[in-house]
Amino acid sequence: MKQTIHFTLNGEPVYVEIEPYLTLLDLLRDRLELTGTKEGCGMGECGACTVLLEGKPVNSCIFPALEVEGKGVTTIEGLMDAQGHLHPIQRAFIDYGAIQCGFCTPGMVLSAKALLDENPKPTEEEIRNGIAGNLCRCTGYLQIIQAIKAASKKL
Amino acid sequence: MEEFINIGKRIPKMDAEEKVTGRAIYIHDLKVSGMLYGKILYSPHPHAKILNIDTSQAEKLPGVKAVLTGYNIPPIKFGFYKDNTPLKAGKVRSYRDEVAAVAAIDPDIAEEALDLIKVDYEILPAVFDPEEAMKEGAPLIHEEHVGGKEKKPTNVLNLPWRLVCGDVEEARKNSAFVAEDRFKVTWVSHCCMGTSGCLAQFDLKNNLTIYSPTQIPSLAQRDFTDALSAMGLQGKKARVIKTIIGGGFGSKLDTYAFEYIAILLAYKTRKPVRIVFSREEEFFATSPRQPAIIHIAQGCSKDGKLTFRDIRMTLDNGAYTSWGATVPSVMMMPSSSLYKVPNVRYAAKCVYTNNTYSQAMRGYGTPQVTFAIDSQIDILAEMAGIDPLDFRIRNANTPGEVTPQNFKINTCGLRECIDAVAQKLDWRQVRGRKDGKGVGMASLIHVGGGARVYKSDGCGTIIKVDDFGTVNVFTGATDMGQGSDTVIAQIVAEELGVRVEDVVVTHTDTDVCPWDVGAHASRTTFVAGNSACGAAKKVKEQLLEVAAKSLGESPENLDIRDRIIFSKKDPEKKTPLGKTLRAAHYTTGGNMVMAEYFYDPANENLDKDLKGNLSVTYTFGTHGVEVEVDKETGQVKILKYVAAHDVGKAINPMLLEGQVYGGATMGIGYALTERLILQNGKVMNPNFLDYKMLTAKDVPNIETIVIETNDPFGPFGAKGIGEPGLVPTAPAIANAIYDAVGVRIKELPITPEKVLAALKEKTNPK
Repeated sequence: MKQTIHFTLNGEPVYVEIEPYLTLLDLLRDRLELTGTKEGCGMGECGACTVLLEGKPVNSCIFPALEVEGKGVTTIEGLMDAQGHLHPIQRAFIDYGAIQCGFCTPGMVLSAKALLDENPKPTEEEIRNGIAGNLCRCTGYLQIIQAIKAASKKL
Repeated sequence: MEEFINIGKRIPKMDAEEKVTGRAIYIHDLKVSGMLYGKILYSPHPHAKILNIDTSQAEKLPGVKAVLTGYNIPPIKFGFYKDNTPLKAGKVRSYRDEVAAVAAIDPDIAEEALDLIKVDYEILPAVFDPEEAMKEGAPLIHEEHVGGKEKKPTNVLNLPWRLVCGDVEEARKNSAFVAEDRFKVTWVSHCCMGTSGCLAQFDLKNNLTIYSPTQIPSLAQRDFTDALSAMGLQGKKARVIKTIIGGGFGSKLDTYAFEYIAILLAYKTRKPVRIVFSREEEFFATSPRQPAIIHIAQGCSKDGKLTFRDIRMTLDNGAYTSWGATVPSVMMMPSSSLYKVPNVRYAAKCVYTNNTYSQAMRGYGTPQVTFAIDSQIDILAEMAGIDPLDFRIRNANTPGEVTPQNFKINTCGLRECIDAVAQKLDWRQVRGRKDGKGVGMASLIHVGGGARVYKSDGCGTIIKVDDFGTVNVFTGATDMGQGSDTVIAQIVAEELGVRVEDVVVTHTDTDVCPWDVGAHASRTTFVAGNSACGAAKKVKEQLLEVAAKSLGESPENLDIRDRIIFSKKDPEKKTPLGKTLRAAHYTTGGNMVMAEYFYDPANENLDKDLKGNLSVTYTFGTHGVEVEVDKETGQVKILKYVAAHDVGKAINPMLLEGQVYGGATMGIGYALTERLILQNGKVMNPNFLDYKMLTAKDVPNIETIVIETNDPFGPFGAKGIGEPGLVPTAPAIANAIYDAVGVRIKELPITPEKVLAALKEKTNPK
């Protein structure tokens, strides 16, 4: 029995009919064709599917889509500003070599955003904790940590 | 020293913006109109006869467009040993055997269809230990496989890996000290964040296009063309288009059952078919790093000069053969050439079992064998009463050396690497406390100038320049995140006197890009870089010819810098690049600037004795670690990590650091936490909760030291760096643990349980 949900996605209102068992990840990738959010494991263990719900990071692969009713969701596609300028976190990731294959990047950037929105001047340990749920196989994390540090200075 | 504009600069990766905004299209994001979704049914047993497969119910499910089994597909054999088929008939030999495949209009229907396929099996006795599998009477994995002098059925592959240099027996007799040990390394998984997948489709004439995140577009094209022939489609073409790769590390250096299955499903249904692996499939159905049981002996003289190295290995080949069975050919490299050792013997047996089977993984055998070699160096040094630092210095490779395997060492910064690490760790002051804190080091040798493992080690580049100075570079090379796209752009920009942002590198399509053997052996910067350099030089010649006329100068007196062509004698005589290009083009008998260059390095295939100069030049490095071991819990904490690498020249220091950080982190996981756990052939931890990859909380701060030896053969002096980062990690850590608490762990991963057990054994020997 399909249900209609009504929520804000990257600042825009969205109105969509979905099956009750649909995950937020499948809603974003398959129905709304926003493929920036990735599926890394489908079990909430790797963080590649991280999106922000009311500013807080969630693993969208295990998050019921119905639960976003009336709330605000931010995906990687929503990070640039209206004029198409990159968010300072995105800029820092590019400048500090924090991106190799890039598969973990959307989730990693959003976790970083959630961290810096809550804690604008984190210590290195707080940064490491903030992205502990985002696995990366390419970079060894160090340039990601450097990028987040640099972004925190700009914000 | 030349002042470079683009070389040696920390230029961001060319596709970073695409990736950080979510625009990059990986295989999981690729949709084609009319596309079907393919799913695979795997074997529920490690070893069993297939008595019957009934797909009738599955075929009837609405939305299912095709069901294939080993009994209704043409005979395709793949893998270099040709013992593998995309779908199995007759019997299954492991839990990852593909038994049936479905294509349906959505993935849920495909999954449901798998449940409707009924397979009857007769369970057969299985064997999961290669040493057991070698014994008389062990279950035969491939009954028709015969070997040995008598050509009897056997589980031992006909790959008698054997290298003999000098006289090991004699050298052993004359050694003052001999260490003999057994080491064991097991399966670890690549853990690419983007799982495997491909999308296959046929055109109306039955030519194949396959979208694949492959590291070997040209070789895959050949494999798929062979498959088309086996399908009765001789003469039809295969086109490989690369999607953005979500991690490589060697996991995409072969062609795989699921790719052939996608091709067969696409052919059957006349529709595009996409197969994408779940994370669970990625763990149990892709091929991990090659495990090994390593028996090693090394000896030295009284004053610590290595006299011999004798290595004998048994390799669990699993149920089928992929590149794992060839890692001995690369394991020979550190065996014969890590440090100076005059007498070497190496032998390896690959044995079929009912376990999973292995392929290439970053290092390709060198992390495995270097763990044994460089752990034992410390053991031997202790026997001889020599500080392991001095022992390594005494035996360090030097420039100009020819090793027992006939590797010709050009540049060699090993000594500088060892010294740098010793200095950073404060080695002399800190070593030997045995108070729970300790330091250890280990080194590496790796190919740095290509590796002639096939008949060709080449890479082609085509460059065209448009009317406005945009330089399009079409390379056979593959970027899998390591940054070859950017490094090639930097090299071309430097050579041509343009800016990096003027260069567009395309590496995605076998219809457009020239041949390259593949992104392996850390060869891309060296080979593709030299190839791009060669093409750029030709382009520059053409540009200077054209400008010579308009400037009234001879081409030898001209140069290009920052998009301006100028006279070296009189720099005021100049003209913008774009103007020159348009003047050449828009005239009667006009010219457009284009050039190509195929670079195949002057290295050698190994001869029948497995000797030869495999690479044009070699890279070296040393890692040093300070650890703290908790004697109550056995946990090992890394306090300091130093990675020194002889890279020739750092074309892009930022991307280079990324390779070292990423490699070292993978290496720390290999040493301490990672293990694909198989029990009776079944993968018990096919998920990230139970397979312990390092997180951002676990990785120590890694200090990188870049030693530039300016290799004469590399592009702007560069050598390879992709793999070296994880080659010496495990022995460095094992050696540090020994220095900290006096226990020697010879089996990876070095878990707290193993450390505790060893500590107990030490205080209460049985």
